[in-house]
Amino acid sequence: MRTLARRLVTIVPTLFGVVIVTFLLTRVLPGDPAAYFAGPTADQASIEQIRTALGLDRPLPVQFAAYVRDLATGNLGNALSTGQPVLSELATRLPASAELTLGALILSMAVAIPLGILAAVREGSLIDHACRVVTTAGVSLPVFFTGLLFVYLFYYLLGWAPAPVGRLDVYLSEPPRITGFLTLDSLLAGDLEVVRAALAQLALPAATLALFSLAPIARMTRASMLSVLSSEFVRTARAAGLKPRTVVLTYAFRNAMLPVVTTLGMVFSFLLGANVLVEKVFAWPGIGSFAVEALIQSDYAPVQGFVLAMALLYVALNLAIDLIYGLIDPRVRLDA
Amino acid sequence: MSEIPTALPSLAEPAPPAPARPATGFAAGLGHARHVAASNPITGLAFAMFAAIVLAALLGPVITPYDPLASDTAAALQAPSRAHWFGTDQVGRDIFSRVLVATRLDFIIAVSSVALVFVLGGFAGICAGFYGGWTDRIVSRISDTIMAFPLFVLAMGIVAALGNTVTNIVLATAIVNFPLYQRIARAEANVRREAGFVQAARLTGNSEMRILLAQILPNIMPIMMVQMSLTMGYAILNAAGLSFIGLGVKPPTPEWGIMVAEGAGFIISGEWWIALFPGLALMLAVFCFNLLGDGLRDVIDPQRRT
Repeated sequence: MRTLARRLVTIVPTLFGVVIVTFLLTRVLPGDPAAYFAGPTADQASIEQIRTALGLDRPLPVQFAAYVRDLATGNLGNALSTGQPVLSELATRLPASAELTLGALILSMAVAIPLGILAAVREGSLIDHACRVVTTAGVSLPVFFTGLLFVYLFYYLLGWAPAPVGRLDVYLSEPPRITGFLTLDSLLAGDLEVVRAALAQLALPAATLALFSLAPIARMTRASMLSVLSSEFVRTARAAGLKPRTVVLTYAFRNAMLPVVTTLGMVFSFLLGANVLVEKVFAWPGIGSFAVEALIQSDYAPVQGFVLAMALLYVALNLAIDLIYGLIDPRVRLDA
Repeated sequence: MSEIPTALPSLAEPAPPAPARPATGFAAGLGHARHVAASNPITGLAFAMFAAIVLAALLGPVITPYDPLASDTAAALQAPSRAHWFGTDQVGRDIFSRVLVATRLDFIIAVSSVALVFVLGGFAGICAGFYGGWTDRIVSRISDTIMAFPLFVLAMGIVAALGNTVTNIVLATAIVNFPLYQRIARAEANVRREAGFVQAARLTGNSEMRILLAQILPNIMPIMMVQMSLTMGYAILNAAGLSFIGLGVKPPTPEWGIMVAEGAGFIISGEWWIALFPGLALMLAVFCFNLLGDGLRDVIDPQRRT
């Protein structure tokens, strides 16, 4: 509990920095924000009036205080395109993005960790080279491009995947919303046809994202397994006659996982960014495509809300990673 | 393979060899470069690809078979053929010409953003590592704040706030890479702060700023160069990603990211070539920079091989 409290205190300056940056981003809008909101035909008097109404004539610290007060009450402004508050728009779209990102993360860990372990155990073998090729290719491939290649291959040529538009076929009705995750909700509702359809829609975008995030995880697993496997306690375990399987999976793996968990922070940074591109390619109705649409229409409030929401999410994820690290490594708990 | 040695002398020669890292000396570096080139033909391949990219960036507009902007509706949506190697797009523009011409813009965006962050991040990092104290605290706090954002999302926010131009794409890409450069420069400057050659320079009456620029800077140059070539690939990806979602480069300007975006709608109806070729060019460029960065690291800093 005390560790948790201490760790929570350390994110205060980070959050403060994030809020300052997003505040600055709202105040450096191209040109004069007052003139922008007044519209192209406004005269000087009405621009001044809007400036006063928006509080833009007050000194920056006062504006900052007002901004923080708005944030605290959850007021992120309204989206021009829908007229709805940005906060509720983001909240309704967040589950779609979260389902995609988590699906991709699970998929990529399921492939990357065994691949990294095998590459380390059989260093220099064919699978080691395969691991190197996959990781180098993974970081070189633009996600939006791999996404399109997948669509061409699996939808157009092979016909295995459904059309890349959204989370569910339009002919199927959505399950009652409980978690917001279509796969989970339809499972809870017991509607297997919808489960299958939702998974089919999820497969390609999740695979695209997973391919992108595979590289750092596999690379880290391999490097960390290699160093653990050459350590003395592994040698001792081997000398004591334990089965190779036990040595690798029980002794080495648990210790090798620590640096991999740390890398997850960076992986999330990649995933949340790449998410935006993948959502655009697959017309996925998440917060990323919402922000992109708003960007194209020069609707700034949703974009700023999106950047802030992503930053908060990312800070929270890093916090969670630190806590998990403490759970799997007792030494960190004692030190902290 | 003659490219490797030519890249090194200007960096390594003016520096007194740092005691901590004798392998960065010029002679040792040259020997190691030969060794790497001999044992790693992939690095050689990467250099060849890099030369091809530079050549395409320089000569692109001169050697294109067609005008990259000229539309020809009679020849719209043609599959690759002998006349149009990469096919034509929805208004009949030749995709080969457009991919070739786009090389220059993408290359310029990547090089200028990397150069910008090299100067800003490198200088801030050296100051932080060399002076310590408040300089260090402020600079590191700025880096931490940038790192608190998912990087691509921050880049989106910056371009959206500053205005939708190519210059701002360069700026945004530089800002999101700032922490990386700043931290490396800080760590490298920090370990050399009290090194023998620095103390010698101080004793002979050099000012602190002069020590920083004439003694510390040349010594951390090789590491920074490796970092530059490693982040070049990311810079191109970042810029292309931004223009894919409609930021920065405006159509009809040929640029790889926006060309993939233009071709995206045709993928589901089977016209694969519009998006494929610019995407492949992008992929090859990133691949080349990543290989080059790895190769350069093996030459300059063999301890960091993974």
